Order: sequence, then structure tokens, then C-alpha cells
Amino acid sequence: MSMNNQGRPTGIQSADSAVPETVTGNRGLQIEEPLIFEQDSAGRCGVDLPEVPAVASRLGAVKPRGRIGLPGLAEPQVVRHYTRLSQKNYAIDSGLYPLGSCTMKHNPRLNEKMARLPGFADVHPLQPESTVQGALELMSELGRWLATLTGMAAVTLAPAAGAHGEMCGIMAIRSAHDAKGDKGRTKILVPESAHGTNPATAAACGYAVEAIPATEDGRVDLEALKAKLGPDVAGLMLTNPNTCGLFERDIITIAEAVHAAGAYFYCDGANFNAIVGRVRPADLGIDVMHINLHKTFSTPHGGGGPGSGPVVFAESLAPYVPVPYVVQDKDGAFRLVEQAGDGPAFGRMKAFHGQMGMFVRALAYMMSHGADGLRQVANDAVLNANYLLARLQDVMTPSFEGPCMHECLFDDRFLKGTGVTTLDIAKALIDEGFHPMTMYFPLVVHGALLIEPTETESKASLDQFVTALRALAERAKSGDVAYFQGAPRLTPRRRLDETAAARKPVLRWSPVVEQEKVAAE
Amino acid sequence: MRYLPLTEADRRSMLEAIGVPSVDELFRDVPEAARLSGPIEGLSNHMGELEVDRALSAMAGKNLPAGSVPSFLGAGAYRHHIPATVDHLVQRGEFLTAYTPYQPEVSQGTLQVLFEFQTQVSLLTGMDVANASMYDGATACAEAVMMANRVTRRKKAVLSGGLHPHYRDTTTTDARFIGFETVVMPPAPTGGEDLLAEVDGDTSCVVVQNPDVFGHVRDYTELGKACQAKGALLIVVVTEAVSLGLLTPPGEMGADIVAAEGQSLGNALNFGGPYVGLFAVKEKLVRQMPGRLCGQTVDADGRRGFVLTLSTREQHIRREKATSNICTNSGLCALAFSIHLSLLGEEGFTRLAEINHAKAVQLADKLAAVKGVEIVNGSFFNEFTVKLPKPAADVVEALARRGVLGGVPASRLFGGGLDDLLIVAATETNTESDMDAFATALAEVL
Ligand SMILES: Cc1ncc(COP(=O)(O)O)c(C=O)c1O
Repeated sequence: MSMNNQGRPTGIQSADSAVPETVTGNRGLQIEEPLIFEQDSAGRCGVDLPEVPAVASRLGAVKPRGRIGLPGLAEPQVVRHYTRLSQKNYAIDSGLYPLGSCTMKHNPRLNEKMARLPGFADVHPLQPESTVQGALELMSELGRWLATLTGMAAVTLAPAAGAHGEMCGIMAIRSAHDAKGDKGRTKILVPESAHGTNPATAAACGYAVEAIPATEDGRVDLEALKAKLGPDVAGLMLTNPNTCGLFERDIITIAEAVHAAGAYFYCDGANFNAIVGRVRPADLGIDVMHINLHKTFSTPHGGGGPGSGPVVFAESLAPYVPVPYVVQDKDGAFRLVEQAGDGPAFGRMKAFHGQMGMFVRALAYMMSHGADGLRQVANDAVLNANYLLARLQDVMTPSFEGPCMHECLFDDRFLKGTGVTTLDIAKALIDEGFHPMTMYFPLVVHGALLIEPTETESKASLDQFVTALRALAERAKSGDVAYFQGAPRLTPRRRLDETAAARKPVLRWSPVVEQEKVAAE
Repeated sequence: MRYLPLTEADRRSMLEAIGVPSVDELFRDVPEAARLSGPIEGLSNHMGELEVDRALSAMAGKNLPAGSVPSFLGAGAYRHHIPATVDHLVQRGEFLTAYTPYQPEVSQGTLQVLFEFQTQVSLLTGMDVANASMYDGATACAEAVMMANRVTRRKKAVLSGGLHPHYRDTTTTDARFIGFETVVMPPAPTGGEDLLAEVDGDTSCVVVQNPDVFGHVRDYTELGKACQAKGALLIVVVTEAVSLGLLTPPGEMGADIVAAEGQSLGNALNFGGPYVGLFAVKEKLVRQMPGRLCGQTVDADGRRGFVLTLSTREQHIRREKATSNICTNSGLCALAFSIHLSLLGEEGFTRLAEINHAKAVQLADKLAAVKGVEIVNGSFFNEFTVKLPKPAADVVEALARRGVLGGVPASRLFGGGLDDLLIVAATETNTESDMDAFATALAEVL
């Protein structure tokens, strides 16, 4: 063994590679972290606040609040807690995140910087309009980009996310029918392949949901659709490109049929990233569409949100927007229309004016790419997905014939008879250092694996993913079921018992739960 | 382009692997008539970071940041000091750029945060369980009403006149489209209201706010009991989460559902969003809740871990039968809330609330000394309403010209009427000299 002068070994001493049990439960950089409530010391505090000014209370006759039960930690402990927790997360910053339908693309940090400018971040939503002209200008400018990119007549920025945008669009459709005195339309048609939010939205707005089957080639069955269209249908909710990653070839015919039946055409625009700059939804006959700024326009997902779901409207539905919206006076000043009573607006979707922080990020992204670059975004997103499809189609089973758009869909026929499931493949991918694809969605194929690489992956990254996935497919076919069922093995936690979690839900920490556990042991 | 890693050579070799001559070929399913041959007109072309920074900074420069002047706006959005640690941790890429924790083995960070967040919200509101967040307080309020309709199988909601008008309008908009009835009480800036008189056998819930939109601190204990006797649920809305450090929590007043805005903790004003809706309920209502829930479980090795649970309530499983259509929520804002609250702890949070109240008392005294100004409230936390001898909307404009952001005119929220009322908030960020500047400017413009 080699040593330096002080006797410190400089070579590798042992080839023993077994993962040891450690005293702490920590494994090198993977550190176990208790709940914040388990780190409490009464009286400790992570902020220094001044003395409370002595005043006579004006709280009225309320009972003083008793102990709340919040833990006391100092700042360094808080920093360490959240840093350690963050290290248990996979993220787009750390690797390929090919969740189909979710569009996990790079989140530029310029956007973060811009959103934090005090002129945007430190502005109260109810300041006098004269003090927020730049904020209103930004909203107006974002609206102009969205309207121009989609070819649409009007836009609302109010909805807080995609599903909220869907709600807004369906409310607009209802308002338009109501305005015509057409009260007999009780149904919304939704293809089977639709995202769960579509039927949930239609139902939440009081409509009966009618499913439209898909054809062999993964698209809406036009004949079935036509058969369902009638005077009782308020609208069609169609995703395009659809959730199988395919462009609805017959979309113009579909739009014509919907309009001929007196209904409106809602498009779920969650997949707009596939066609931005190459196709304007208005040219497809769409009446109303939501856009997920947190997908197409790169605002970060933040572990679940926040998002932003602006909605664009064709001339046919343009009057039926919610408040607030921005208008520009002749003298160039921007104003907010905040009360629905002041015009044909149908109501209000949330407090204040929408997700301003997301507006800034999205506009920063759009301006960075420009009209030319956004077209390239679509090109590269589609190219990357088709490349994966081409490199994987001989070992996995593509559900439909290509080309695909921004995502490629496989089903589990290639696993038939192996004992390995879609879930197992996903978990084994985790050990290979990749976030899995979307599993078991869309519902129109068995054991779906929906892969969306996005345009921000390099070819090298895709090649590595292909190598891993091909090897796993071969391994599954070789009958190594135990390997898959035991995966993942290299993560902070292995497979978690979801059944137990749902059977006896523990949804919060409480000292009682902890005591019961001790008693049980 | 800096965000696109593919080189021209990559693109060529990938097209070759796919077996098509050009990328246009991949778009062949797009109807010819709708294909664009080049970049869309009317928009600028790509820009470098410097140019974008310059353009957006110019827009930001046209706004008056609340922190640059004495500022006293509240009415559902409050300017608090956010410790530097919060934004630093929130910007860790592992939190910022992760998706919803659908794969728990590689999302334990986000999941544990959610479990802790749910616990914190339960503790603050005095409720049994909280979900993993809603879009904001207003949508949480609307969802609470819809949930009450489901639980009670009744279809009429009674909304207090003290409810923030944006919350009210969000709820009545849903009511109109979804098909339930709302009884909206008129605003009562000075007095009380007889909500119970409106409760009948069809009433699913009564929605009240504490402190209400005019700042009054209310005790809803008796109302809660009366609602229970009539089979209706009590929904308590809170727009200023810091008040929960000092006031009786809704759970102790008998609330069945709490719908609150969490912006005050960890989240900047952001011109109104993104914020974070808090949603908490009594244990027995858990399975009727909207939104995601994180639960504790064990992994294959028996170690404690966390997963999203009870998802059979949600749209991705239940589709048209789901309890709500919500999918994306306010995850990162919930994280900010949680970190801020972890820094504060019991001592800090309570003291922060006390300081807020004391600042508001000081401000009330200073404004009451201005000729023509009358404080409307008998009680308040950190926000109260003043009656002015002139329209409040004109007064705030005049104050803004003097470099003071002096509150929210009630007429702006209520859309006309209540013209002489100004809603004013004070927080720990307001100094004595801010308050003096406000009082002086107010005296000048009245
Ligand atoms: C196709 C589709 N539609 C709608 C949604 C809902 O969007 P959000 O999560 O922003 O509400 C999503 C994403 O989750 C989606 O993939």
C-alpha cells in the first residue's frame, strides 16, 4: 500500500464494495433528516425581532391564543434542514426528467432574476394604477405575445394553472350559449385520452361528460364524434397535440363539425410547446385554449406549483372573459378593469390579477427565444422525441405509428410474459439516475410509458437514456424479475407502501402519533 | 440559442437516425393550410440575457416598489419582512425545478416539506388536517363552499358581508356556473350582521372572515354552534395568516373548514400572485377535501417515508367524479411559507403577530389625530378602516403623488359605494417615521 511521509495512505486499501450499515443511518452524502418538529427546543428562534411596542390591545374580546406547537430552531438548523431535504429530490437541474405531458424543460435563471426585481416582486396588487404602469405594461405585452403566437383575438391572464384555465374556458363557452338563450346544451365531449383535469373541469362546471373513443391510430374517432354532436352538446374539449403525442390530423374537420352543431371547440393547450411558432391554434378552428406558462414557457414547477394558465379566445368567445383585464387608454396609460359589472365579463377566477411572478418569467423566456427561437423550440422538442422513438422502437412497443410530436408513447406489450411491469421499469430507471417517464397515462393504452424529453436535452443525454432503457428492456425480457421488483435500491427511500398510507392516513405530525409508535414498539 | 443544446450536426445525425430528410417532415400531420413557413410576424427575434434584462428592468422601473416608500396596503396581501434564508432555500434547484412528487423515492424532499407544511397549517388554524395547498385564498374559499355542498348535500351558501370581495366574487362566479345558490350579505363596515337568519334547511355553509375585510376581529364561536345545530358547516376565511399568532384559531371557534391565504409568510407581494391557498378541515371531512395530500408511510426496508395519498379523490384517478379539478397547486409558495414559519418558530411567530398588532395600534392613534379622520373599528389586528371626509380613491392618488401608499379604498374592492372608507394595514415593516409621514401627508390632502 502506498503511504505519504506521515503515514497517511494514499491508495485505495480495500476492494470490498458492499454497502455498509452505518451507525447513523446516513450513507455518505445521503443524510437522514428528522421532521422539523423533532428538532424543537423551546425558546430557540431563527429570527431576531425587536421588542413589542407597548400599546393597549385593541384586539377586542378574543380569548388569547394558547401554545400553537411550532418548533423552535436557529437559522443554521433551518438552512441545514431544507438543504438536506432538497438533496433527496430529483430535479430538471440535475438530470433528464422525461415526464410526458409535464414538459420538464430547463428553467432559465434569468427568469428568476427578473421576477425578483423590486419593481415586480415588491408591488402590492392594489396600489394606485399610476404607480404600477410597468406591471400593467408587462401584462399587456405578455398578452400580446400569447395572442400573436396563437392567432387569437383576446386573452385573459387570470387563471392560476392549466386546470383553472380549463374552468375559465368552459365558463366562457357557457356564457356564450347563455347569451344566445341556448339553455339546452348539457354535455361536453371529451376524448378518452384526455388528461383527468378535462373531465373534472367539465363536470365541475355542471356538464355531463361524454367520452369519445380513439381510433387505431391514436386520434379522435371522427365518426364517433359526429354521431355524438347535437343540440345538447355545449362543446368539445380536445388536446392537441394529444396526450398520445400525436397531432390530430383531422382537426380542421373536427372544428367544422363542432361549429356546425352550434358547439364550441375548447383546446387543451398543455402541449402547445410542440407547435409553438409553427402552427397558430386560431388557424385550426379552435375557439378557446389554455396555455400552461409552466410548461411551454419554462416557468418552474416548484415541486407542484405555482403555475399560470392564461386562456386565449377567438373572436367568437372574446367578449366572455373574466376580470380583471388590462386596457390601454388613448393617452397610452394602462388601466385595470376589476369589476365584472363594468362589461360583458363573466366573473372572477381568483383574488387580484393573476400569477404576476409567472408572467415575468414567461415573458423573459419568450423575449429570450424571440419569434425565431420559439419555432426552433418546437422543432427541437419534436426532433428529440422522434429520435427517442426511433432508437427505442425495436426493443419497446410504440403504441402508434410515428412521427410523434413532442412526446412518444409506448405501452407494455414488450413486457408481456416477463412479469415485469411499467412501474418496475420506471423504478429501475431511477437507479440508473433518470427520472421516469409518465406511467399509466394516457389511459387509452395498457401500461403506458409516455416520454417527453423536451428541447433542452442534448443528444448525449438522450443517448445515455436510450442506452439505459434499452438495457432495461433486454433485462426484463431475460426474465430478471427480481431485479426489477426490488428497484430502486440506490435512493434515499426504496418503494413506499402507498396502500398502507391510504388505509390509515397519517397526514400530519403530532406528538400523539409519535407516542403511539413508541408504545407499539 | 443559449437554451438549446442541439448542434446542427446533432440535428442532421438525428434526422438520419429517424430516417427523414428534414424536421418539416415530422410535422406532416399538421394540415397544410395551417403550416407557417417562417417566424410569426409582429414579435421580436431572440435576445441575449443583457437585452432582456434591460427591457424588463425598464418596465419594472415604471412601478413604485412598496418598500421604497411608506406603504400601508393590505386587503388580502401584506408586506412582511421575509428573511434572506427563505428565498435562498426556495431557489435551490432541487426544490425549484422538481415536478409534483409522483415518484416518491426521488421526491422525499418535497414530500417531507409537504408533510411538515400540512402540520404547520393544521397547528396555525387549529384544525385536524390540511392539504398540500390551493392556488390562493380566494379559490380555497370557493372550493370550501363546493366541498360543504358535497358534504351536506345542500346547495345554498351564506356569505358574510365582511368577506373579501374577491373571495366573494370567485365563489359567486363558481356558484353561477356550477349551479348553487349564494346569499351575499351587504358589507357592514361598522356593524354586525345577522347571518343566522339566512340559514335554513337548504344551507350548506356560512362563510365568514376573521379579521374581516374591514379589519374587525370577530368571535364566531356562537355562530359555529348555531350552524351545527342547523346542519350547516362553518367556513372561516383568513386573509392575514400572521393574525393566527394572536387570535383564537378558527378550529377553536368551531370551524369545519378553514380557507386562508398564506402569502404573508415567505411570499412577496408579487402584484397579487403567485400566492398560496391554505385549506384545513376537521378529521371527518378528509375524504371530501380538494387537492393533494401527503401522508406518512414506510418503505420496503421499513423506514419512515412520505407519499401522496388518498388520491382517489383527485382528477387523475377519478376524472369527472373528482372532488376538484385542481392539479398544479402552489408547491413552491407553500415551501416558502413553511421555511419562514420554521425560522420564526413558536416564539418568533407569536412575537411577530404582537408587533403587527402594536404597529397598527400606533398607526390608528396617529391617523385618528388627523382632522376629519375617523377610525371605524372597535377591534382590529393589523388592519382597520378609516372614514374620510373625501372619496378614498382620490385620497390614495393624492397620497401616492406625495410618495405614500396609503391603503386600499373600499370602493376599489366593492366596486362603488363605501366611497369614504379607506382600509389601512400596518406590519412590522412600518417604522414610526413611515407612520408620521402618512399622517402628515393625509392631513395635507384632506
Ligand atoms: C394535457 C394536460 N392538460 C391539463 C393539465 C393541467 O394543468 P395544471 O396542472 O397546470 O392544472 C396538464 C398538466 O398537468 C396536462 O398535461
